[in-house]
Amino acid sequence: MFAFIVRRIIQAILVMLVIGLVGFVIQHQIGDPIRDLVGERVTPAEREVIRDQLGLNDPFYVQYFRFVKNACQGDLGLSFFYKKPALKVIVSKAPATIELVIVTALILIIISIPAGIYSAIYPKSWFSRIVMAASTIGVAIPVFLTAIALIYLFGVELNWLPSYGRGETVNIWGWESGFFTWDGLKHLILPSVSLSSIMLPLFIRLVRAEMMEVLETEYIKFAWAKGLHRERVWYIHAFKNTLLPVITVFGVQLGILFAFTILTETVFQWQGMGFMFLEAVERSDTSLLVAYLVVVGVIFVVVNTVVDIVYGFVNPMVRIAGTK
Amino acid sequence: MRHLLEVKDLEVKFALWFGELTAIDGISFTLDRGERLGIVGESGAGKSVTGFAIINLISKPGYISAGQILFEGQELNRLPEDEMRSIRGNRISMIFQDPMMTLNPVLTIGTQMIETVLAHENVSKSEAVDIALDKLKKVHIPSPEKRIHQYPHECSGGMRQRIVVAIALLTNPALIIADEPTTALDVTIQAEIMDLLLELCESEKMGLILITHDLGVVSQITEKVIVMYAGKIVESGATQSVVQDPKHPYTRGLLKAIPGIIPPGSRLYQIPGMMPNLTEIPQGCSFHPRCTISESICSTEVPALISKDQHHRMVACHMVK
Repeated sequence: MFAFIVRRIIQAILVMLVIGLVGFVIQHQIGDPIRDLVGERVTPAEREVIRDQLGLNDPFYVQYFRFVKNACQGDLGLSFFYKKPALKVIVSKAPATIELVIVTALILIIISIPAGIYSAIYPKSWFSRIVMAASTIGVAIPVFLTAIALIYLFGVELNWLPSYGRGETVNIWGWESGFFTWDGLKHLILPSVSLSSIMLPLFIRLVRAEMMEVLETEYIKFAWAKGLHRERVWYIHAFKNTLLPVITVFGVQLGILFAFTILTETVFQWQGMGFMFLEAVERSDTSLLVAYLVVVGVIFVVVNTVVDIVYGFVNPMVRIAGTK
Repeated sequence: MRHLLEVKDLEVKFALWFGELTAIDGISFTLDRGERLGIVGESGAGKSVTGFAIINLISKPGYISAGQILFEGQELNRLPEDEMRSIRGNRISMIFQDPMMTLNPVLTIGTQMIETVLAHENVSKSEAVDIALDKLKKVHIPSPEKRIHQYPHECSGGMRQRIVVAIALLTNPALIIADEPTTALDVTIQAEIMDLLLELCESEKMGLILITHDLGVVSQITEKVIVMYAGKIVESGATQSVVQDPKHPYTRGLLKAIPGIIPPGSRLYQIPGMMPNLTEIPQGCSFHPRCTISESICSTEVPALISKDQHHRMVACHMVK
């Protein structure tokens, strides 16, 4: 297990270096930081001086090395707009996004697993047919449309749920959380439902397909032949094997969820990293964009590593491979 | 005297979109307590389906369309699912073909054994563990206390098949159905498993149905044999007499096809042609297109399974007098 984790961490560092390189290149190809920094009346000669002072005339690799060195120390540059370190800006926006993704992930797990398993066991029941039909349609509807439809129905017509912002939050050790107030939770519902709507059809279909495949295997036939109760065959024998591929896909998709928050947060004016990202694009706040890229990269890598370790606990064969 | 198992005119069909296929076409046989029966035939003859039909576990879209399966006085094919479940793995156990596939990869051997005991007997978990350990010792597994905490992938193929046999023994069944139990194993391990099965059947007074394509194995283990072809019984009788004096041309072909010690470079015998697909079973005797002695009657009339001598020998062939 230790060797396995070390190997995973080395891989993670390599991935981060590549992400850093991409971010760094973007920063130097998009826009001119000097133009953003200084006013129109600064002469080209003065601009050249500033350029020299900031090290922007150094060779590419020197600048990249400096970028990586600073990034390792937690310095991802200054946000031009906020006039604060970019990392600080992101950290202040992160709780909103992370909470949104957590609630979305919970919705995904709570709905897709039972629905997928039920429709695998009873593929011909009316419920399974409805779920399959609905998920086909669900895949085709873009998230902003779902979001707007939800806002119109629950926010405008029925007036049950708030349709923008995070509502009342509580500060717990510097973490702005919406989990602990009734208002905060109510504000979470619509954004998380619309965010989960993109992945839900995929997950139900994935769980269903895996479960159906497992139910056809010899060891399930053998479990029936042993005279076990059907609940045990389904929920212990088949379900545990269904979980293995589902966990892997879930890990990858969880990272992608962070990317999808950009759309959802914009529609719901959710003050998270995704919303901040779009604002930063509009303001050509390149350091903030690069910092966002790096932070999301870190989250992605961490989530995947954690998922791999969880997978190791479910699959005995990986566990053995790690200890040897 | 009542038989342990009596199968009467069993017929199994598969309902497919274009119509129904008959996989088992009216077969009958009996098995007494402690008796060992071999069911022999090529792939697709309906041997495995027969085994699964007995415990009512034919995979969909197959179903028992006619006939009776009587076991210990109960009509199995009429039992409600819950009562059938309490017989499966309890009074009738099954051993599958490939031990690499029959054990669940994510559950420990102990879990897979204990759950079987707990599903059928009203015992505590620690008593179930004791039963599991006892059966593992019976199948000669070294240090069973260690094994029950391991996962299937930590055991070799032969070891796994022993564990499957131990699982089959857990509830002291009256009948074990072994569906090609050694086909996926090495030759030396095959012999070990077969010896083990024979030894256990004798010491525990269990009935055995051995489903295989290997007449050699059948002749070592069983007392009675049924030869199946395209869903029908073509020959049945005492194993020794069938093996020594096969009457049906198909049985003769099967026996000739067993590779013996032959000069190097000479060809092995094979029955010409292939087992017909269930969608295109020939008219008359289904074996006639491959038969070396067939005559015109064979392609028009289905031969009945009738006694051809005084030793309970039954043969379905027009040409055998």
